[in-house]
Amino acid sequence: MPTKVIMPQLGESVVEGTVTRWMKKEGETILEFEALLEVNTDKVDTEIPSPASGTVLKLLVPDGMTVTAGTLLAWIGQPGEEIPAGDIGAALTAHSAPPAPRQSVTASAVPAVSPRSERDLGFISPVVARIARENQVDLQQVTGTGQGGRISRKDVLAFIETHPTTVASIPIWETPADGDLFRPTELMFKTAPTETSVLPVKGQGDQLIPHTTIRRSIAEHMLKSKTISPHVTTVMEVDLSRVVAHRSANKAAFAKDGANLTYTAYFMAAIVAALKVYPLVNSSWTDEGVLLHSAINIGMATSLGTDGLIVPVIKAADGLSLLALTRAVNDLAQRARDRKLLPDEVKGGTFTLTNHGISGSLFATPIINQPQCGILGVGVVQKRAVVINDAIAIRQMVYVSLTFDHRILDGASADWFLAKVVDVLQNWAEPGI
Amino acid sequence: MPEMTLIDAIRQGMDEELARDPNVFILGEDVGVRGGVFRATMGLFAKYGPERVMDSPLAEASIIGVGIGAAMYGFRPICEIQFADFIHPAFNQIINEAAKMCYRSNGDWTVPMVIRAPYGGGIGGGLYHSQSLEAFFTHTPGLKVVVPSNPRDARGLIKSAVRDPNPVLFFEPKKGYRLIKGEVPEGEYLVPIGQAAVSRPGTDVSVFAYGMMHYYTLQAAEKLSAEGISVEVVDLRTLYPVDRESILASVRKTGKALVVYEDNLTGGYGAEIAALIGELAFTDLDAPVRRLAGPDVPAVPFSHPLQDWFMLNPEKIASAIRDLSKY
Repeated sequence: MPTKVIMPQLGESVVEGTVTRWMKKEGETILEFEALLEVNTDKVDTEIPSPASGTVLKLLVPDGMTVTAGTLLAWIGQPGEEIPAGDIGAALTAHSAPPAPRQSVTASAVPAVSPRSERDLGFISPVVARIARENQVDLQQVTGTGQGGRISRKDVLAFIETHPTTVASIPIWETPADGDLFRPTELMFKTAPTETSVLPVKGQGDQLIPHTTIRRSIAEHMLKSKTISPHVTTVMEVDLSRVVAHRSANKAAFAKDGANLTYTAYFMAAIVAALKVYPLVNSSWTDEGVLLHSAINIGMATSLGTDGLIVPVIKAADGLSLLALTRAVNDLAQRARDRKLLPDEVKGGTFTLTNHGISGSLFATPIINQPQCGILGVGVVQKRAVVINDAIAIRQMVYVSLTFDHRILDGASADWFLAKVVDVLQNWAEPGI
Repeated sequence: MPEMTLIDAIRQGMDEELARDPNVFILGEDVGVRGGVFRATMGLFAKYGPERVMDSPLAEASIIGVGIGAAMYGFRPICEIQFADFIHPAFNQIINEAAKMCYRSNGDWTVPMVIRAPYGGGIGGGLYHSQSLEAFFTHTPGLKVVVPSNPRDARGLIKSAVRDPNPVLFFEPKKGYRLIKGEVPEGEYLVPIGQAAVSRPGTDVSVFAYGMMHYYTLQAAEKLSAEGISVEVVDLRTLYPVDRESILASVRKTGKALVVYEDNLTGGYGAEIAALIGELAFTDLDAPVRRLAGPDVPAVPFSHPLQDWFMLNPEKIASAIRDLSKY
């Protein structure tokens, strides 16, 4: 009996995926768990391993086609084996396709190690991994001179020495959300076909950029969120002097532990502290009542450049020290950019942080990541003249904006939460490592 | 600076402490009239008399027991166990009494004593004159364990040990008594207990050793420098309490660690160093932490070919370092 290959559901709200590339042709043999195809969804790019060993009998979906989760993609079996009749026709219709064997779906949800056919780097020692991460070195480019061609500590250090430009000069947090979250929807969705009269007309020389999966998904989510929640935004400002001092005092110690201490970690910590005091903010609206979440899972809007943005989630953020938060921020941001997030890592958020400050934005009105209650936007950190005890002082200041669901929170209760965030940051007292 | 042997430096350190403090005395088998079987106390009986340099019966439990009592009474005994191999009858006194006294009396009573014991093989001593026993004692909080590897440190460490308020096990590499020579500063100086020393700086591999194995490691490092391998040698000097910072600093520098010890491999003292590095310097490691030690057989054999098989030497150490540097 041949085995079916089914398009898995690669995330909570992901209902479809695009077959980017088949890695085996019909008639080729494949081992169980060997990569069979690459799939692209609005949240992750991943490889789908083969659910069984055997021969690829039939590929039913061509490269580039987008199909819904559950769609039958291919058959694996013994050479010459008959494919059960009736199943071929069902290939492209997800709902009529028989349910996938559970095992193959779970196995498929775990992406294989390397998505590209790159050289096998062999064993990477802890110190090489750390140095490469700290300096953002692509180890594929480093020549290994250790045993069996292993990349040794000396090799990676020599590479950095001779390739000074690869040394990261931009801290991870300074790659902001590129603005999609807080741009007014009218600007963002000029082409939204709500009224026929506003449909644009393609003129001479105009160029049409076809939508990517992720662009479509962002558009859909933003528009939906605006129609679901009555958005209200409130803004406060923070004197960040203590955080700035704490960060410069502890940056080196964190670096020693392999962590790049960013402001994002401090904002995460402040959000956690404030959510604990005001649990109503860590909630979702339901028709039956307001659902308070016991877990504090904070999403982190991360830019993917022109490709859009993604929101990886730091799970159980309330259990993490500043060091652990820093590591989580570093790790998720890096893997988001490398498109190596796992499906589980982009879902389950209960609150979101978006850091738009680096593009110069003072404050913004971000859109809520449904079904959450609020999203905190962080502006640019800059020195400003402020009045303290009737004297003018120069302080490191930042605006923080909270967009909240007015069904759940009122102006006052939202301000209490935001004031707590301000309070934690302004009176930062947590020890370093 | 005058050059002297390891044993002369130890004797000089004890001589100075006997002269400095009337509470210091030496107790052990044949330490008096004969001056010790290795001549570690030669001349001291004549200089300080039978009340300060005392011959004991062949009864190690009583040597240590008498020492503990005297120490609690305010003396500063230096007890000699003729060979470390003979320390076992006194094990109960050391572990149950000396090590725990301060703790169980909540600091009211202390045992400021030194237990000197020549250890190690390679001298044709066979099963009962070759053992390395430091791991038994480094497992016991309440004791300090010191192993000098050169005359300068030996003189400074024995003086620190005599002045320490805790019981100090002072293991002396007997093969090196007259083999290891070195310059020793004139005048008074101490080498503090609890500090390791980088005896040879290097960049490729860190080697951690003590006592006789440290002496051999330096020779191996010298040999390897001709092959272009830069070895950093760290002399642990004090095994308990161990100097973590010096160990970690060296591993952070080279990324590779080899621990060399003469005792049997399994459960030997070097295992603790390897564990420490694995726990606290994981993200600095470029290779597995390795141990080079004696084989897991019950004792150093008497037969010379078998003794050579058991014992480490500069060639075996160099070979292990070479392997690790290639990793």
